[in-house]
Parts: sequence; C-alpha cells; structure tokens
Amino acid sequence: MIAEAGLAALWLAAALSLLQLALTIGHLRGWFEAARAVSSIAIVQGALALIAMAMLILVFVRTDLSVALVAANSHSAKPFIYKLAGAWGNHEGSMLLWVTVLALAGAVLAAASKRLGQRTLVAALGAQGGLALGFYAFLLLASNPFARLDPAPLEGRGLNPLLQDPGLAFHPPTLYLGYVGLSVAFSLAVGALLTGDVDRALGRAMRPWVLGAWVLLTLGITAGSYWAYYELGWGGWWFWDPVENASLMPWLAATALLHSVTVLASRGALRAWTMMLAMIAFSMSMVGTFLVRSGILTSVHSFAVDPTRGTFLLALLGLYVGAAFAVFALRTAKLNEGPPFELVSREAALVVNNLLLTVILGIVFFGTLYPLFVEAATGDKLSVGPPYFNTVAGPIALVLAALVAVGPLLGWRREKRPVLKRLTVPALLAATALVVSLFAAPQIGWQPRLGLVVAAWLAFASLIPLSGRNPWRTPLATWGMALAHFGVAVAIAGMATDSAFTQEKLAAARPGETLGVGPWLVRLHGISPAVGPNWTAIEAELRATRGDRVRVLRPQTRFFTDPPTETNEAAIDTMLRGQLYTVLGKPDGQGRWQLRLWWKPFVTLIWLGGVLIALGGLLALIGRAWRSWRKERPSRAGRSWQRERYA
Amino acid sequence: MSRSLRLLPVVLLALVIAALVWRLAHPEDTTIRSRLAGKPVPEFALPPAVPGKLGLASADLAKGGPRLLNVFASWCVPCIAEARVLDQIKGKGVAIDAIAIRDRPEDVAAFLAAHGDPFDRIGSDDNSRVQLALGSAGVPESFVVDGRGFIRYQHVGPIEPADVPTILAQLEEAK
Repeated sequence: MIAEAGLAALWLAAALSLLQLALTIGHLRGWFEAARAVSSIAIVQGALALIAMAMLILVFVRTDLSVALVAANSHSAKPFIYKLAGAWGNHEGSMLLWVTVLALAGAVLAAASKRLGQRTLVAALGAQGGLALGFYAFLLLASNPFARLDPAPLEGRGLNPLLQDPGLAFHPPTLYLGYVGLSVAFSLAVGALLTGDVDRALGRAMRPWVLGAWVLLTLGITAGSYWAYYELGWGGWWFWDPVENASLMPWLAATALLHSVTVLASRGALRAWTMMLAMIAFSMSMVGTFLVRSGILTSVHSFAVDPTRGTFLLALLGLYVGAAFAVFALRTAKLNEGPPFELVSREAALVVNNLLLTVILGIVFFGTLYPLFVEAATGDKLSVGPPYFNTVAGPIALVLAALVAVGPLLGWRREKRPVLKRLTVPALLAATALVVSLFAAPQIGWQPRLGLVVAAWLAFASLIPLSGRNPWRTPLATWGMALAHFGVAVAIAGMATDSAFTQEKLAAARPGETLGVGPWLVRLHGISPAVGPNWTAIEAELRATRGDRVRVLRPQTRFFTDPPTETNEAAIDTMLRGQLYTVLGKPDGQGRWQLRLWWKPFVTLIWLGGVLIALGGLLALIGRAWRSWRKERPSRAGRSWQRERYA
Repeated sequence: MSRSLRLLPVVLLALVIAALVWRLAHPEDTTIRSRLAGKPVPEFALPPAVPGKLGLASADLAKGGPRLLNVFASWCVPCIAEARVLDQIKGKGVAIDAIAIRDRPEDVAAFLAAHGDPFDRIGSDDNSRVQLALGSAGVPESFVVDGRGFIRYQHVGPIEPADVPTILAQLEEAK
C-alpha cells in the first residue's frame, strides 16, 4: 500500500503542476486573476512530491521486495544507512529525488518571495511548474519507481559495493540540491523576460538561490572528488571523466552567475547577460543529468541504458532549453543594459571574471562532447582526456585566480584610488614563492610552479578587502567573499603541491620487505584475511616509519558477494604535512604482493579549499538573509550601522 | 545586442541536440577490443559447475574447431535474457562452452532447467580467478576462441539478437 500511496501522490503532483502552468498562462494573458491560486498550488505540489519521496524511502527501509526497484537495488542484509541511501542510489529513485527538490524549490519560491513583482513571481512559478510537469511525466511514463514485481523475489540484488560508502550516500543528494536549486534561477529568468521586469529586485530575489545552489554544488563536487580519490584507489583527485565534467559545468556556470547576479542586484547592470547565464546554469544541470542518466557517455558495462528514457530526457532538455533560449532571443531586445560603468570598476572586473569562467565552461563542454561530434561526423572514435583539459583550461583558470585578487578592491562604477599600491604585499609574496620554488625545486613543471605563485598572491590578496575595516561592522557577505577567495588560493596550493611533489612507488613485496616512498620507509608486515558485514577481504598490514615515528596502515582488497565484486580499499594516513596513500594489489603467485604507495604532500589542501569556498558562500548567504530579515522589520531599521552598503 | 547574436544560443543548442540524438540512435557498441585477442586462452582447469556435466579446461578449447566461450552466472539477470539468444546460436551448429562465476551447483542446474542448456561443458569459477585472467570484468561476456585455443573476439554484456550476425561472422573467420 505504501508504494501505491507514493504513486498516487506523484500523479496528483503531476496534475497540480499542469494546473499551475495553465493558470499561469491564463493569469499572464489577463483572462483571470490567479496569482494566489498559483502560489498555493506550487506549495501543495511540493508537499505531494515530498510525500512520494518519503514513501519511496519507506519501502526501501522496510526492504519491500515486491517493489521492483527495491528488489533490484537493495538487500535485507545491507546496513540501514545504505538501505536509506539505496532509495536514491538508482535511476528511478534519483529522478524522483530530482523532481522532489524541483517541486520543493517551487514551493519555497512561492512561500518566501515577497520582494518580487507579482506578475514576475507568477510567471516564474508557471515556468517551475512546467519544468516539474515534464519530469513527473518522465517518472510516470518511463521510470516508475513504485512498479511492483510479481512474484516478489526472496532476496534483493544488492547495491553496487562501490556505492556502499558514506561519502556516496550523501554526495548525490547534495549535488542534486545544487543542480535543481539552479532551476529557480532559470524560472526567474524566464519569468522576468516574459514580463519584462529584469531589474535589481529580480537580481536580489535570484541571488540567494544561486548562492545556495552554488554552495551545495561546491560541497558536492568537493565530496565527489574526495570519494573518487580514496575509493577508486588510483591516487588521483580529478579525472576529467564525463560524469565529473557533468557536475563541473553547472558549477562553472553558477560561479559566473553568482558574480553577475551581484552586479544585477547591486547596480542593475548586465541584465541580458545575467538572464542568459541563469538559463545556461540550469541547462547545464539538465545536460549533466541527461549525460549521466542516459548513460550515453559512459563507456563500458552500461547494460541498463534504456533508449526510451534517453530519448524522453533529451526531448525534455531540448524543449526546456530551446523554449528558454527562444524567449531570450525574442525578449532581450526590449531590455536596456542598465547604468554604464568604466573600464576600471568592479563591474568591469566581474565581466572579466564572467568571460574567463564562460571560456572555461566552453572548453569543458566542448571537450566532453567533442568525441561525440567527431564520431557523428567522421565515424572516428577518440577520447579527450586530462592532457587537453589541463593544458587548455589550466592556464585560464590560473589567470582567473590571479585576477580574483583585484576585483574586490575595485569600487562600483569607477575606481579612482590607486589599486596597485594595495597589492604590493601580495606581489612580494608571489615573487618570493617564485624565487624559493626555483631554488628549492627546480625540477617541477611550469604549471605547478605558476600555481604556487598564484596561490601565494591570492592567499594574501583575498584578505585585503577585510583590512582597515572594523570586523564587527564588516558585512558577513564581505567575510564570506574573502573566505571563498582565500579557499580558492588554498585549493590551488593543494593542486600545485600534489602535482609537483607527489611521489609514487609501485612494487611487489614479500611480507617482511621494506619499500621507500618520499620520506617514508614502508614495511609489509603481513597479509591476513578480514571480514565485514557483507564482504570478506584480504588485508595487508603496513608499518610506515619516518625517523622514530611509526604508523600502521591496513589497505584491503574486498570481495562482495551480492553482486560479486572486488574493490580496493585504500588505506590513507592523513598528517598535517600530507597523506600517505597505500593500495594493496594482486598476489603474483610466488608469495609477493603488489603494493602501490604514494606520498602526497599537502594534498588535503585541495578539499580544504573546496570546503572553505563553500563556507564562504554559506556566510554570504546567511549575511544576506540576516540583512533582508532586518530590513523587513521596520522598527529596527534606520540605525546608523545598518546603512546600505553593497559589498 | 544584434539579432544574430541573440539567436546564437538557439543554434548551438540545436547542434548539440542533433549530436545527442545521433548518439541515441547509434549507441556506442559494447564490444571491447580484447587485449587478449590474438593471444592464447590462459591456462586453467575448472571443475564441473553441475553434476553430470563436464568441467572446462583451457585444453578443451583447442580441439580443432572454433567455439564460443560464455561467461555467465545463475544470479545474473542479463544472462537470462541472453540464454534465449545462445540457444539460437547453438541451433546454427555452434559449439558453446561456459564458465559459471561464483555459483552453486543447484542454482546453475535450476538456471539451465529454466532457461535452456546450450553448453557442452561448464566449468565452475568459484573465485573469479579464471574470469579475471580472461580479462572479463562482468557477466555475461563471451569469447570467440579458434581451434588452436586463441581468443579471437570478446563481447561484453549480453549477446542481443542484433549481435548474432557479428558473433557468427567472427566464428566463421576463426575457422
């Protein structure tokens, strides 16, 4: 009965989203007045979607094997947390999660948006309803998560053991919240272009959504990168895999949008461009979802790809993005571009930021789809890998990071103060980093070296906007910006040290033998079996020594029975100065075992940087929310320290 | 902003959609150029997977004629779909052997009873060791082995009706 209740909620929600769209059209055409009805429907629709999702989680928690999805993806012996995560760790469940977040975002937009013009709000809710309708139809017609299996099997078919990992249980929902949070920016852009009210109020209504989605995307990508790093056992943190690119592209677009929407909210400029970016950001989310869910870019063992689903998703993608771009083409002529600004101004700096981010986005997009284009045109098969992305996108990203230091020092409209003088200290630090790296490590490549220089430059420069201000009166948003930019410097420092100073050792060793990697001596102490809840393993005991410090690491090769799969569990020892990363490979049949050892100095800075960037975004979000809450309480307004300052 | 510039996104989108539609219509083929193609089957000798049927050793695959070697398991759902197609291939006079991966005799027997048994010999690979030595990463997979015991072709995933002509052509070539 639970599954049927979920299915009923889904059908009802779909019907309401259709009604939401229809009422919006009527309202905008002036046939009738339906603003309040549209808002209420959006809220109820969100609640229904949430109920459907809750029902799905419930059948997974109870391991109801008469539901086909549960039978295919769960197992009664699975740990509870992975039963829970199993609800979204598969195609149908993840699409239900997607549409649930979409509907909830619409509900929050309806309930919380007070500062936006009513017509634009209604138009945006209509667009959001239209988006939801398509994805409900996809679920109900092509991917029903509640379909029954008769007769019910006695046991489920497990979950991919690679996915039995706490990181991955929460990585997809975080990314999805980010992806789908961008849908509101998309709907607001479509709505505002339809009504013609592209103004500062729209920018302010859009900003928290972009900021929130961007924070979640940043966290999701950071977590995903760390997951790939420790779970796949390849020692790398980014592989330029199509699925990774699928999450990076919306992030790049959202990062650009985050900055341009600030210009729109604060100055009312960059109107058409911001609308375009808002559309692109969510379009990239949909492209990402399509690429991952249709499976067309994953290469091996993609059995479960159903062409109907791919076609359906592609049709939705074409319909929504096509309609949005068409609205853009038809309506932007009527927009004025807002107040002008000079070449040396914060607006201009943010335009440069946007241009560079868009170029990087283009490079990633092109690189991801290039093999497809070539094969379609000539029949040749090829793959585009890290050499292309690192060579082409890397330098641009470094230039962008270097310019991040400058933008926040410029004032709106035009800057008359001598900005370069304020950058003396960062310039000195950068020069020191260059000289030290040339002397201490002459062997490293130019890109890691430039990375170290840029990191030194930006780490200090990012904090300049805070200097000379009373810390208590500095808006939280300014703290957030400085923290996020500082996080960029930290992440770049980690990437540069990882690629410059990582040491790798691949060797076969007998128990009792010792291998050297970096400053460590690693002794293979012994090999023994180990057992977990649903796996057995072979475990190596490694004793790593450096001076008189001894550390014990236990990398494993795990065998899962249901489905039978073998995974490598790397053992990683995290220290302040870096990580010792060890992987146990195969025996060679003569008593020796393959071992892969890495010494990775300061590699954790990469993810620490990612977390700092997200934290910065969160601070800014809290700061803005706090301010607008203060502003809505007139009794408190008007104090001197509450002056409007757009940081 | 000029009109053509405003239409640029629509044009780009159309291009991308066209490429994606092409991909959906021409799915990437799942054949992998096996790294073992042209190399002899690795040495192995597996015990029978079901009572009453012979087990499989690498020597059995080098007895003069081309054979199809199917890697399957009773717990594998795509294998059920494939069983029908294998019967069809068997009907064309092809000799088929199999390796059952991480399986139990009674489960294999039930699988064969329910979905047909086109196999001459079935070896039981309890710990996937032979499967991995063959360069096979999942079930089902199939190998065309020539009369001298050399691997000629590897097919990843279930053999679908549309793949049958390719498989038969490879078997013909291996003669």
